[in-house]
Amino acid sequence: MKTPVLIAIAVVVALLAFGLYQGLVVAPTEQTMGDVQRIFYYHVPSAWTGILLFTANFFASIWYLFRRTTVSDSIAVTTAEVGLVFWTIVLITGPIWARPVWGIWWTWDARLTSTLVLWLIYVSYLIVRRFSSGGQTAVLAAALAVFGFADVPFVYLSIWYFRTQHPQPVIGGGGKLDPAMWHAVLYNWLAFIAFALVLCWFRYQLERKQRDVEETLALESLLEGSPR
Amino acid sequence: MRAGSVKDGAMSTTPTATTAAMAVPRAPATEKAIAPAPKVLFATLMKDLRLEWRSKDAINSMVFFALLVVVVFSFSFDPTGDDARRIAGGLIWVAFLFAAVVALGQTWAREIRNQVLDAYRVSTAPANDLFLAKALGNFLFVTVLEVVMTPLFVVFYNLRVIGPAYLLPVVAVLGTWALVVNGTFFAAISLRTRSREVMLPLILFPISIPALLGMVEATKIVLTGESSAKFWIVLLAVYDLVFTTVCLTLFETVLDAE
Repeated sequence: MKTPVLIAIAVVVALLAFGLYQGLVVAPTEQTMGDVQRIFYYHVPSAWTGILLFTANFFASIWYLFRRTTVSDSIAVTTAEVGLVFWTIVLITGPIWARPVWGIWWTWDARLTSTLVLWLIYVSYLIVRRFSSGGQTAVLAAALAVFGFADVPFVYLSIWYFRTQHPQPVIGGGGKLDPAMWHAVLYNWLAFIAFALVLCWFRYQLERKQRDVEETLALESLLEGSPR
Repeated sequence: MRAGSVKDGAMSTTPTATTAAMAVPRAPATEKAIAPAPKVLFATLMKDLRLEWRSKDAINSMVFFALLVVVVFSFSFDPTGDDARRIAGGLIWVAFLFAAVVALGQTWAREIRNQVLDAYRVSTAPANDLFLAKALGNFLFVTVLEVVMTPLFVVFYNLRVIGPAYLLPVVAVLGTWALVVNGTFFAAISLRTRSREVMLPLILFPISIPALLGMVEATKIVLTGESSAKFWIVLLAVYDLVFTTVCLTLFETVLDAE
């Protein structure tokens, strides 16, 4: 492995460790929820990182539709996959926190429901990528990414209106965060973004190599003159 | 059955081939912009309607499917109770959504046979006309389904409209177009994938959730007469506008995908 990559990994590990220290030790214990609240330092940064990656996916898809470069399509698949991982972390850490605090694992609250719907949309995006063949994949996926991103405002608006009509005792929205808590969130976010970038880098390299292999195989079979 | 399918196949050859042939030699490639837009749209639409009128494939399977959904749902709760009016909105639209997928999945199947879609691709006919013709055709099929099924719902579930009933057709038109415009587009996407029948609902349902929510809520509000459905109707209208634009912008790209 090359030295810059090793340095990047070391930086990410250091950042994650520092973020964990901030979240578990430095940040004060929350008054009513106790230590359970500390999952917040992973939950929120994951969500923000996921949103960043999905946005990157959208712009990479638009870029692909205009320029048709393999780079943009590789970025699109990379950001969608890594983004979905972080989004899944959000969906898993949420219920772990909700169970002791709300007494239930899940509620069909506006924010939870829209998070789940967004997750479904990007899963379907990846399924289309998996099930389509050859050179069409990139175009179809890019088109679908545009649909998915255009759908996000509708998802949030409709579900928000739908659920706020039936008020539920959910989400500790109000109140102020202690500065130390803010620090923990922001350090962790920084660490998560760095982590996501390294993951994306590896996934991107893998994608490029896969394409090279496919190209070589196609070329070989062409030269041999035998259909593969 | 065999005779029917053979007849259908034979019929699909003639009119589609005519449509494509009509479009191909019309103008040299340089005059692409001059291609007679509504003519292609109209010809394709009429061809699809005539095929459907003679074979009744889509309508029959849709109606029967929706009927099955009605019956199956009736086992899971008491359909004539007071709560029926509250859940009926959701039930009706879920039945229509499932049934519509049946028709949507067949949208492009006919054009694959005899390479009609490839003929379209090389012709000067504007791609969006083809798309609009298909979307309008599906819209008409699903509308017929709704007209046939709604009385049955009213009878089976003992429904009575308490709110302003004139809003129901508005909701139906906006909601059906929302399902059909995306469905027609996604059918073109799933055409290029393996296991295409499964793929269509997999991509259509998540994207359609806001629209479905709009239809269900608006219908429920009108049926129960509880509050104003204005928000949902506006949401549906904006949804239709945005996604029709996205579909028309991207359809040629997807049609030409290699």
